[in-house]
Amino acid sequence: MKPKTINVLQLYPRDMNIYGDWGNVLTILRRLEWHGYAPELLTYNQGDAFPEHVDMVLGGGGQDAGQSKIQDDLLSIGPNLHELAEADVPMLVICGLYQLFGKFFKTNSGEIIKGIELLDLETHAGSERLIGNIVTKSDDFGDIVGYENHSGQTFLGEGVKPFGTVVRGAGNSGKDETEGARYKHVIGSYLHGSLLPKNPQVADWLIKQAVTRKYGEFTPKELDDSIALEARDVAASRPR
Amino acid sequence: MPKPLVTILGKSVKSVMKLRGGGSALPGLVVERIDPNFLRSCLEPLPRGVVLISGTNGKTTTTKMVVELLEAQGLKVFTNRTGSNFTRGVVAALLGDVDMTGKLHADIAVLELDEAHAVHFVKAIQPRHALFLNVMRDQLDRFGEIDTTARLLHTVAEYVTDGIVLNRDDPRLGSRAFRNDLKAEIRTYGVTEELLHSFPSDDALHDSSVVIATGEPANNDVCLEAIDDHKASIRIGSKTHERELKLHGIYNILNAVGAVALCRMVMGDELNETTMLDTLARVEPAFGRGEELTVNGQPLELVLVKNPGGFRLGLSSFSAEGYATMIAINDNYADGRDMSWLWDVDFSSLSEGVALTTGIRAYDMALRLRYDEVSVGGIDPNLTTALKKFLNQNSDSPKRIYCTYTAMLALRRELAKVTKLEVVS
Repeated sequence: MKPKTINVLQLYPRDMNIYGDWGNVLTILRRLEWHGYAPELLTYNQGDAFPEHVDMVLGGGGQDAGQSKIQDDLLSIGPNLHELAEADVPMLVICGLYQLFGKFFKTNSGEIIKGIELLDLETHAGSERLIGNIVTKSDDFGDIVGYENHSGQTFLGEGVKPFGTVVRGAGNSGKDETEGARYKHVIGSYLHGSLLPKNPQVADWLIKQAVTRKYGEFTPKELDDSIALEARDVAASRPR
Repeated sequence: MPKPLVTILGKSVKSVMKLRGGGSALPGLVVERIDPNFLRSCLEPLPRGVVLISGTNGKTTTTKMVVELLEAQGLKVFTNRTGSNFTRGVVAALLGDVDMTGKLHADIAVLELDEAHAVHFVKAIQPRHALFLNVMRDQLDRFGEIDTTARLLHTVAEYVTDGIVLNRDDPRLGSRAFRNDLKAEIRTYGVTEELLHSFPSDDALHDSSVVIATGEPANNDVCLEAIDDHKASIRIGSKTHERELKLHGIYNILNAVGAVALCRMVMGDELNETTMLDTLARVEPAFGRGEELTVNGQPLELVLVKNPGGFRLGLSSFSAEGYATMIAINDNYADGRDMSWLWDVDFSSLSEGVALTTGIRAYDMALRLRYDEVSVGGIDPNLTTALKKFLNQNSDSPKRIYCTYTAMLALRRELAKVTKLEVVS
């Protein structure tokens, strides 16, 4: 029997791929294979035609220059992304794209950069960078370990719930205990490290949503995540 | 306080620190506090001024090469040898070399400085010449982002009085925007188009369609035309020279070409070109930068990896075939705490397998390899026991260890017990 295909779309790999975002894409591709599916990696860069069949969306962070390059383009594909999110397509956006999936980013000089308003949140430039190892916890995912490095402070609205509650670290703003945001099957987060390799439970959740949505059911294979478990323990024990 | 007293005080602190086996920066700090002009008063009188070498990867090896090339041209060279590459480290190095009146007996100073410290340094002393190697992702948790790093180097460039040598194949250094509005003469070095694919840039990492902007080589520029194992063909102006080098790895050899371009610029008409190229052929790599040791009759190479660009270059420079490989990853402050960078390196060239992963983040490294489907023989976070296993289990084959900075220092201390090597404090 031919393995079932899952189309994974990586957003802006050219301009938004800093801090090991490739690790998230690679983790999804490999785990799909290990679970017995055939991943198909699609990429969308500035000016490309938006692909027709998308089962999962992944996006990362960029440098300031990369972000300003893709802002307008992102607004132009906003409707496509809204449509996918409403249709329960799972998505994971980290750092820069997490911010731009929100309502706006307000810079230090007061300039407003519009987001696509898929997530009910807003981000304000902060004076200090929030940097270091971070651990959060969530009812759905247990402990989530990662590394944060952002100066934007994000505040959640009523339309989203946090991805996790901060156990150790700063999180969205350092001012409340939230980290990241969730809406339907969309996850936004500041965590890299990369996020998915050390949090296979999150990777498999995204895979489960994509597969169930397309094929009706998902029967996971049992994967050996013992190395990831050790790596998580070490990360959680390291200085900020 | 008069200068001789400051000098004596600094030298005393330095000897006391040596007795204690302590670090290299404290005596520098003491002198800096008491006499902020110490640096300037030592370096400004040098007849050929100061040469500054900066960039993300390759500073230490390149500085070593430039020093040896210039010494072979008959110059007495002062340098900050221990890789303590910040202003305070330069002051500390000066204390070892100046006489009791604070005079430095040298013709020229060749200094390695990282981008952030270079900005402070040039405000105190304007370098006469500079060599910029590359701008890559390194410790973004400290410098912010790669474009910021490029801007730091541009600020440094504005202070250089006579001449700057740039890697024209670096997307940022080679860009027109970088060269604009600089008053110093600009010369470049680089590789031919055929060789370019061997030098992955950060920009081309996730997008093979990215075309690296190659500036036009001008008449005075230096170009690496071909590499065949240790043999390099280097074109200077219109003439191509071939030399068998002790350095290996395309990356070291590109830096050697940068060193040649800088040496030509510094020496001008006085250059003895044959001497320069013959000296280059004899240059050995700096410690931990592709350095070859011998353990129980088998070669063992240490390759320092600090960032994704450097790791990728290391993997593409040294073929894994026939070698036992160990990877040692620490996450101390000097290494960078964030492990994300490991995910920006493609490890598929190690498909024959890695014998061991070690260091504080041994499990992160093993996890990374698992996702590239590279088999791992063992995981042991303890560097000492891992090294023992690695040496014992692979006694009959040549070995290579990729290691982060603090892991390298620890491994060298262990290796010093079983083989002869230069001990760096």
